[in-house]
Order: sequence, then C-alpha cells, then structure tokens
Amino acid sequence: MNFGRKLACAVLVLVMTASVAANWLAPAGYAKQYREATDAPPSSTHWLGTDAMGRDRFARVLYGTRISLLLAPAAALLSTLMAALIGGLAGYLGGVWARMAMAVTDLFLSLPWLFLLITARALMPLNVSPLVSVLVTFMLLGLLGWTSAARVLCTSAGSLRASDFVRQARAAGLSGQRLFWVHVVPNLKPVLYAQFWISIPVFILSEANLGILGLGVAEPMPSWGSLLKELEGLVSVGEEPWKFVPLILLVVVVTSFQFLLSGQEEVAA
Amino acid sequence: MKRHKSNLEKMVKPYGKSIAIALLCLGMLGHALAQGGELRFCLRTEPKTFDPLKVEDDASGAIRYLTGGVLVRVNRQTQELQPELALSWKVSKDGRQISFHLRSGILFSDGTPFTAQDVAYTVQQLMDPALHSPTGDAFRSGPGNVETKVISPTQISIRFPAAVAGLDRLFDQVAILSEHSPKKEMAVLGPFMVADYKPGSSVLLKRNPNYWKTDSQGRKLPYLDSIRLDIQPNRDVEMLRFKRGELDLINSLDSEYFDKLAATSPQLVHDAGASLDSEQLWFNEVAKSPIPGYKKNWFRSANFRRAISQAINRDDLSRVVFHGHAQPAVGPFSPANKFWFNNKLKPQTYSPDAALKALQSEGFRVENGTLKDKDGNAVVFSIITNAGNKYRERMAVLIQDDLQKIGIHVNVVTLDFPSLIERMTRSFDYEAIILGLTNVDLDPNGEMNVWLSSSENHQWNPQQKAPETAWEAEIDRSMREQASTSDVKKRKEAFDHVQEIVVEQAPFIFLINKNALSAISTTVHSTSPVILSPQTYWNAEWLTVSAK
Repeated sequence: MNFGRKLACAVLVLVMTASVAANWLAPAGYAKQYREATDAPPSSTHWLGTDAMGRDRFARVLYGTRISLLLAPAAALLSTLMAALIGGLAGYLGGVWARMAMAVTDLFLSLPWLFLLITARALMPLNVSPLVSVLVTFMLLGLLGWTSAARVLCTSAGSLRASDFVRQARAAGLSGQRLFWVHVVPNLKPVLYAQFWISIPVFILSEANLGILGLGVAEPMPSWGSLLKELEGLVSVGEEPWKFVPLILLVVVVTSFQFLLSGQEEVAA
Repeated sequence: MKRHKSNLEKMVKPYGKSIAIALLCLGMLGHALAQGGELRFCLRTEPKTFDPLKVEDDASGAIRYLTGGVLVRVNRQTQELQPELALSWKVSKDGRQISFHLRSGILFSDGTPFTAQDVAYTVQQLMDPALHSPTGDAFRSGPGNVETKVISPTQISIRFPAAVAGLDRLFDQVAILSEHSPKKEMAVLGPFMVADYKPGSSVLLKRNPNYWKTDSQGRKLPYLDSIRLDIQPNRDVEMLRFKRGELDLINSLDSEYFDKLAATSPQLVHDAGASLDSEQLWFNEVAKSPIPGYKKNWFRSANFRRAISQAINRDDLSRVVFHGHAQPAVGPFSPANKFWFNNKLKPQTYSPDAALKALQSEGFRVENGTLKDKDGNAVVFSIITNAGNKYRERMAVLIQDDLQKIGIHVNVVTLDFPSLIERMTRSFDYEAIILGLTNVDLDPNGEMNVWLSSSENHQWNPQQKAPETAWEAEIDRSMREQASTSDVKKRKEAFDHVQEIVVEQAPFIFLINKNALSAISTTVHSTSPVILSPQTYWNAEWLTVSAK
C-alpha cells in the first residue's frame, strides 16, 4: 500500500470514528434549536457556529457524516449485489439471457437518474419518520444504481465463460450451478470489489445532489446534501468560511475513496 | 470613551453651517440637473407578452405598468384611487355601470390622438371571450355582453351585465389601446414605450415623447430617458450586479440578502413593512382524500386546528426564518391592506399550554411524550412544502419543533412543485401543506376563488357541490353579498365577517406576512418604496438617476 492510500485510509478511519462518536463529541444533538443564536459564528459553545435555525453545525456535520458514511456503503453493497446477480448471471449464461439483461440495463442507463430519483421520492408515502426517509433514500440509490456495474460484470462473466479453465471444467462434467459458484464467482470478486468501491463515492455525491435540491434526507436529520444547501447564497461565501466545512469534508472523503479505489483497480487488474 | 477630532474636523468646524448649506444647495442643483439618464433593474422571467390585455406574469405586468396609460390608478403609497387619463368617474348605484370623463388633447406614443373611442375599443377587446384576457376575467360578473356608449370624445359610459364589485379600482390594470394606430399595442399612453427587446437578454424602454404629465414647473415627465430591464432569473447574479453598481434597484429582496446588504451598505436597503403576501398552513379536509378516517376527524375539527395554531410560535417564525422582516399574520388579509383589514382581529397568542388544554378537552392525552387521540392513535402527520423554498422549509422545521413540545410528531416532506400540486389538487394525498398566497389586489373580490366553497382554489376542501359546513356556507353568503353591492360600507361589513369566521375556524392557519424589502442605489432619487407592487418604481415618471 503506497503512502497516498495509507493516508486515505487514515482519513476515512478518522472521519468515521468522529462521526460514530458524535453522541460524545457533540452532545447538543443535531436537532436542538438555539433560536436565540441563529446563524452564529464559531464559538466555544458551537465550534462551527449554528445554522439558520440555531442548530449546532458541528453536531450536524458529525451526524450527517455518520449517515452518509454508513449508508452509502450499504447502498453500494445493494447495487453491487444486484449488478452481480443480473450482470454476472447474464454474462455467464450468455446468448439470449445476456442480450435481454443488457437491453434492460441499457433502458435503465438511458433514463435520467435524477429525474427518476425525484419521481420515486415523490411517489413515496409522506408519513415516514426521518430515519425511514434516510433508509429509503439510500435504498432508492442502491436499487437504481446497479446498471453500470451490471454491464462491467456481464462482460467479465462473459469472458470467464469463454475462458479455457471454464471450458475445461465444463468438459470435465461440472454442472452449471457448481461451475458458476466455484469457478466463475471467485474470479469475479476483484471486479465486484472494485465496483463496490466505485459506487460509494457515487452514492455519497448522489445523496448530496438530492439533498441540495431539498429532496434527500428529511428534516431535522442532517446529511451532507442538506448541509451543502447552506452554500446556496454565493454572496456569503467569502464572509463565512466555516460554512465550507461540509463541502471540504465531502471532497476529502470522496477523494480518499478514490485513492482506495485505485488500489482495488490494481488488485482487479 | 474619548473621541479624538481629526485634522479635517478641526478645519471644517468653524465653517460647518456654511459648508452644510453650500453642500445642500449643490445637492439640490445636482438633483434638478439630474433629469435624464437610464434606470436599470432586472426582470426575473422573460415577459410573455407586450399586449397589456394578455398579461398574466410578473415580467409582462412590470412592462404594462411602465408603458400602459390607465384611466385611474391606485396610488401605491396611499392605496387610494386617483385620476389619470380620466379626470373623473362615477359608478352607478347598482354597480353595473361606470362613466368616465376623459382628459383631452392627449396623444399616444406614435402621435395618434386619444379619445373615448379608444376606451370603448379597449373594453370590447378586454371582454372578448376569444382573447381570454386574464385582466378581463375580473370584470366578468355574469352572462351577457358589455355595452359601451361613447357620449363624446371625452365621455364614455360602460355597462356590465351584472354588478362588478370594486369596479372603478379594476381599471387600474386596464392599459388603454389605440383603436386606429398601426402600431397596435406598441402605441402607448404611459410614461415609457418599448424601444428594443432582445429575447433572453433585455427590454429597453424609452421615454414616451407624448406623455401627458408635467411637473409643477411645467417640465415634461418622465425625467428618465430610458429604463433597461435585464432578464435575469438568478437572484445571486442580480445581487452581485447590484453590488457592482450595474443595477440601480432590486424590486423584491430576499430577507437574507437584505441583511447581508444592510450590514455593509445600510443606506441601500429599504423595509417598507408588512406586505399583502402571506404564508399559511392548512390541513386536508377533503372527505374523499385517501388518508385514515381518524386523521380526517382531527383535521375537520376546528378545535384541533385552533390548538395547532396556538402552538405555533409565529414571533419565532418571523424572527428566525425571516430575520425579523415579516410580521406574525393575523388573518386572511394583512394589516398592510389599510381599508379591508378587519381591525378587530387580534394576533394569535403563542401558548403551547393552552393548546394542550384545548386538545385535552377534545379527548387527546399525552402518553410518554406522544399526544394520542381518544382512540389511542398517536398524533403524527406530515407537512409538505415545495422543495427549494428555504423559507418554507425552515418554517416547517420550526413548526415541527414547536408541535413536538405538545407531543405531536410532524414529518416534514419537501416535494418538487409538480408533485406537490398533483397531491394538493388531484389526488388529495396529503395531510398538511405550507404554501403562500401572493396578493396583488387590495380588493377581496380578487380572492373569490379562494373563499367560495365551490371554487378550485378553496384549498382545504375544494370544489364542494354544496357547502359542507355551516361556516363555509356563511362565508359563501358573505362573499357573494360583498360582491353584489357597490355600497362600500356594506362590502366592508360583509368581508369583516368573512375574516372573523376564517380566524375562528382556522381552515388556513395564517403564519406570517412577509415585509416588502427592496434595495435602491443612492444614485436613484425621488424613490419611496411601498408595500404594493411595484414597490420601488411605482412612481417611475418622477425618478431621476444621477451620474455614477
């Protein structure tokens, strides 16, 4: 592991630890409104100041980080599994199955992602708690984000199907199911890992995009998207640099994931 | 703390008064010489039309205001009706007829003379069903044709098939067209005329050389040579351009921007006080809506709605969300509407304890921090609002926190606007909504479509075949009563009664009235921002711009 990846790993561990320890580091909580101290600058009481409703920004950043960092990998896992199931199986079976699966994938890829998410979000029942809204938001991301990975896995599984060792195994009389689980899936693992790591920053950014549009995680629960909404007023950018903290954190975390990803790609190669 | 005088102060002090007088004279001279120049501000959307009869958007409305000549004008400062192209007018007792005595010797911008024939032509065009004029809709009080009778070149009488409440004030929106001008709607009687239009970029208005008004010294108005209206939907860009001096005014300012600008340049910002616009919360009372029956029972209970209203801290909504640039709302009309506001109404006091007591008297009880109804159902509901409107989102979050104090759990959901409208008007699949009403009309007749139970915009329970409650029937009766008479006193009494019922029954829980905020460069003179639209340039013909 080179220095860059070690640093990325350390950053992610640090950020994740801080977010998990949010209850101790920011006992005020993310929802408590200090209505007499709205839009306050950083102080000893509120390290990153307060937002427009007087909520402690430091607490909201930590809790928002926790949500993004715990649920983006969960969404990535869901989408990777779906991709493995649809793409991997289609690639392994080949022929009409592969063509059908890829047609469905192409159809999904041609749909405008954001529009689809907004529509799906609008069709959801209204009376769900903020926690459920978080889970649903990331589940939607997972359910809709499998397509690119499925194409890659379909191609990889197709190559494996045509490889010499699979042909030999088939010639030796191995059944289709055993062949798939024992010889094909283990050889797809590096690609699966790579797809998993690729998806995490994508989902983090997707949630942030939804949050900026006000369509992500429900209030009062914070997420990086809802925190980034504070940067909407360009005029205020230079005057209140502490509002940049969620953005800096997002960039640092996504970059760290990209560093780790480059390591996975090397493994996959 | 001792303050040290600067050298400049020491030099100036002995001559202070003389210098001050000299500076004042210079300022006045400069102002007097400031005739001419160009005023620049932004339209936030592309104007959809230059035809004054087809106006339905703000941008086209702004151009109509600056270019259109009207018979009578509502003075945006006093809210009184004042003569313009008409020297005098008279409305018949039955409210069906209006007679105007017009000024003579007036020319359209292209030199065509203005006569009563033009007024007749305008009214006929306005009421032509094929034109679908939004301005004309306000005059449609009953079936039948409008009759115009030109008595002389300066006298005309217009008769409507049924009484039109507030008939004379409606002519504030009717820009007179020329019957004979080859330029059609581009020939105008207002202070400015459209000189150039670059779609997506700007509209240039130039002084109308034939404008009829003069100042007390006989100088022709308007003072300005031109007005450049840049089409700019982005508020941030508008603000930056204003700060850079590329724009002279911002007509309707956001409270956050207002404060930021006030912090650095307090002389540029103006808060004219509460406007006519309101923000409100309402519950879904539609009988056929797909929400559980027990929730329908809560929402259809006036006691429940009043208790919710009492548990909302409107002072905090005003202070926290709008930075103090909003007033806690009292009822359906803002106190800014000087004549029609019912002065007997008092602001709702914030009292979570009283709200809880009222709910307990209805059989609600608090168990483990959660309010439950008499059947044991936890009081949980969602409030939806349009995504991207940060003020409404923030109000919803504050209300969520306020109601939590009496054990009510609120889920705040922001939806894209089309989805919200779909739920609000078609599927009725929602529980509570926060939205706003933009009032441009002082007269309650402009809100007939909100208060009549049969109306589509009777949002809490629209399109009722017959009023479902006694109080809605009473509102219907009073609204029709005020609309069917031209007796202003009777109209006022009827609408006061409507306001009292609305406050008592709380179908809309009125939250705040936003203040009219604007920003005006110090290079623009004779401005006097008001609460009525257009807040900053309502007296455009009197404005002057000095050199930057």
